[in-house]
Amino acid sequence: MLAFENLGIRFGGNQAVQNVTGSIQPGIITAIIGPNGAGKSTFFNLLSGFYQPTSGRVTFGGQDITGLPTHQVVALGVARTFQTTTIYKELSVLDNALLGHRVRTRSGLWDALLLTGRERRERRASQEAALAALRRVGLEGQAHLPAGSLTQEAQKRVSIAIALATGPQVLLLDEPAAGINPEETVNLTRTIRELAASGLTVVLIEHKMSMIMTLADHIMVLHHGEKIAEGSPAQVSRDPRVVEAYLGGHAAPHVQQEFKIDLAEEAARLEGSHE
Amino acid sequence: MLILFQQLLNALALGGAYSLVALGLTLVYGVMKIPNFAHGSLYMVGAYVTWALLTDFGVPYFLALGLAAVALGLLAMLLERLVFYPLRGSPGVSPMIAAIGVLFFLEACVQLIWGPDFKLLNSPVTGIITFAGLSLTGQRLLMIVASVLVMLALFYFLKRTTTGATIEAMAQNREGARLVGIPVGRVASLTFFISGALAAVAAALYAPTSLVSPSMGEIMNLKVFAIIVLGGMGSVPGAIVGAFLLAFAEIFGGVFVGANFADVVGFAVLVIVLAIRPQGLFGRTA
Amino acid sequence: MSLAPTPARSLPTGWPWLLVLVLAAVVPIFVHNNYLFDVAINVMIFAIAAYGMNVMLGYAGLLPLAHAGFFGIGAYTVGILTLKLGWSFWLAWPLAIVLCAALGLLLGLVAFRTRDDVFAIFTLGVGVIITESINKWDRLTGGNDGLNGIAAPKLGSLDFGKAASFFYLALVALALTVFLVARVRASLFGKSLIAIRGGEDLARSAGINVYTHKLRVMMLSTALAGFAGGLYAVYIGFLGAAITGPSTTFTILLYLLVGGVGTLAGPLLGTLIIRVLQQFIQGLQDYQYVVLGPLLVLLVLFFPAGLAGLWTRLRANRPPALREASDAGV
Repeated sequence: MLAFENLGIRFGGNQAVQNVTGSIQPGIITAIIGPNGAGKSTFFNLLSGFYQPTSGRVTFGGQDITGLPTHQVVALGVARTFQTTTIYKELSVLDNALLGHRVRTRSGLWDALLLTGRERRERRASQEAALAALRRVGLEGQAHLPAGSLTQEAQKRVSIAIALATGPQVLLLDEPAAGINPEETVNLTRTIRELAASGLTVVLIEHKMSMIMTLADHIMVLHHGEKIAEGSPAQVSRDPRVVEAYLGGHAAPHVQQEFKIDLAEEAARLEGSHE
Repeated sequence: MLILFQQLLNALALGGAYSLVALGLTLVYGVMKIPNFAHGSLYMVGAYVTWALLTDFGVPYFLALGLAAVALGLLAMLLERLVFYPLRGSPGVSPMIAAIGVLFFLEACVQLIWGPDFKLLNSPVTGIITFAGLSLTGQRLLMIVASVLVMLALFYFLKRTTTGATIEAMAQNREGARLVGIPVGRVASLTFFISGALAAVAAALYAPTSLVSPSMGEIMNLKVFAIIVLGGMGSVPGAIVGAFLLAFAEIFGGVFVGANFADVVGFAVLVIVLAIRPQGLFGRTA
Repeated sequence: MSLAPTPARSLPTGWPWLLVLVLAAVVPIFVHNNYLFDVAINVMIFAIAAYGMNVMLGYAGLLPLAHAGFFGIGAYTVGILTLKLGWSFWLAWPLAIVLCAALGLLLGLVAFRTRDDVFAIFTLGVGVIITESINKWDRLTGGNDGLNGIAAPKLGSLDFGKAASFFYLALVALALTVFLVARVRASLFGKSLIAIRGGEDLARSAGINVYTHKLRVMMLSTALAGFAGGLYAVYIGFLGAAITGPSTTFTILLYLLVGGVGTLAGPLLGTLIIRVLQQFIQGLQDYQYVVLGPLLVLLVLFFPAGLAGLWTRLRANRPPALREASDAGV
């Protein structure tokens, strides 16, 4: 449904992403992995309209969305979260989610000044949509707390709720588990799986290999801004180019270590299950 | 034709003075990401300090120029420590607003000390040089020569000395500079010192061709901001090009549109350039 | 689901305003002091202008430094139309507001191509162009001599030339301003502005069209500046270019900072306090900024939220039980 062709962007002399072609399959969880600096976040920024690609194009449901401003991409049904937890900390959890629904409302300055029927109607609708989004991430009980007072994990959920309130078909999550502890990661993983089960197409960038291996249906590997491999977790974890990319000295030692262990475990587990 | 050449020389002199003030402002912006709205008042105080040294203390002109540069450099450093350093983590508009407070404070102080009236700074360099029908007052010649010399010295400092290189490094990448162990605080102080000193030198050079008044700072402020926005905020070559562009626009705009609107011409140029290129002439995109 | 929507806040925040309005309306019946009327009218006019700046700076996080220029355009439009073309004030005033909104839109179309500090500098440049144009366009604006003898408006037998009647005109205008700004603040549009202030990138990814929101709030801001300017023209009766310049913008900014940027009470509170303070340091005249300049710096350094913000913080620091009790009580 979300497809990209020869997608690339150049900053000055630096080709951050180049020649990435492929598509995101609906209804499943796709993970984008790669060593630090592989261009994963840049790739997300290209998909969501934050950056204008210098080459290639992006289509969504057959419609060319290359170069569309972000808010229009969101309106079509592609929502995203940010790598660092980006929410409105001083606003209530509910108001955060409410803002996500703004893209589905049309009330402007006049509606505000005259308190028109449309304004009242859309306020109610926004409220309901925001509550529904909070329910999906399990935050309905904290709706009236200031978002900044929540735990790191709950703040991640707020940022997902903002994206959900926009009514997306595709949800792009940029490192949803960064900076939260293992137990919280498990809970968040469950939430993401529930979202996918409800019919949402999920694309995520993640460094935590254990999370990816249990969550992703499909994996795309970026290295130096190029797509070097793609396939099921089992296929990717045995791909020599992927192993080389991770162990080739570009990744931090602990990532290498974790990846090596995960790869070994995964390979063993998948082998076992095939027999 | 002769008139055009005559105006060309005037524009060069004016552009030289603008460059010095604008360079200080653009360096501070590059290093600290602060648009220092008080910069024009440093220029104005510089003019008054020079005037006081010349008339009240009878200090020779070039010594007065040097003393004013040091005094304003120190004042700018003090500002950085007292106002901008404590505000470094706060939202973007806070330092701007604080700088506006400083601007009005300095202007009011100068009025309180020296009165609101215009002062005449007598040109120390007398005589008119005439060549091929073109005449140039000694002071204008001095402005052109001195501003070129100061700019060359500044370039040498930024490109060829270690301290200068750290300023450049910080302007390029503040976080990176911190990581490689550049003393960010000290570089910030130094940058402010340079900006104050440059403003004072410009004032001492330019004031003898015009009048000294408390409101001269506000006017210069607007002009140098127009210049660095034109040239791209934080860009050193951009500040120089912008300065000469504004000087030329004002002088020739004055000739063609009428002197009454000369000041407006400069801002019209700014608005037009920004409408076409929001990041300025030399600014980098995103 | 027993999940109540946002607790009903409209009543508790609304009643102090009504109280102030009623008090302000009643006091002139007992007090007949023209000096006090003059101070009060000036406070109300500049408070309206401060509300105009607040919707930009406080809600959308943009520093509009051409604000006094639009105040001036509003004032001069009313002045020129009533004085030179003999228009009724009641026609000239709305036209001035519409003109300011339209020019605000034009400025926004260009200015919002820039961001943050460049936006502030850009609008400062536009402010200077407006002042200089007013100053130099002798035939229209009277140039340096200014516009003299702008008549006070009349409505039937009501003559607003009297300070007491003008007080009510200004009061109605201010009340309308506060009412409308409060509506904007509570609206979906207003919440989206707060989102833009909080982070443009996040606002964009939440699907908010940042550009059109900025354009619309710019129009509201300049319209309010023109609203205040029109009132100023007929109250003072004389217009000079100086009032339209950057120093007026900075003074309004000071009011806003003292009162509290982004709050509903801030603009009025700040204008009141500084205007009253200025009555006491009038002897300083041009040197007022020896006091006000450092005040501005100290506010930014130590009380960035202003007086209204301080109030909110004090409330927030009370024990929760107490807070809930008092919230339920009012």
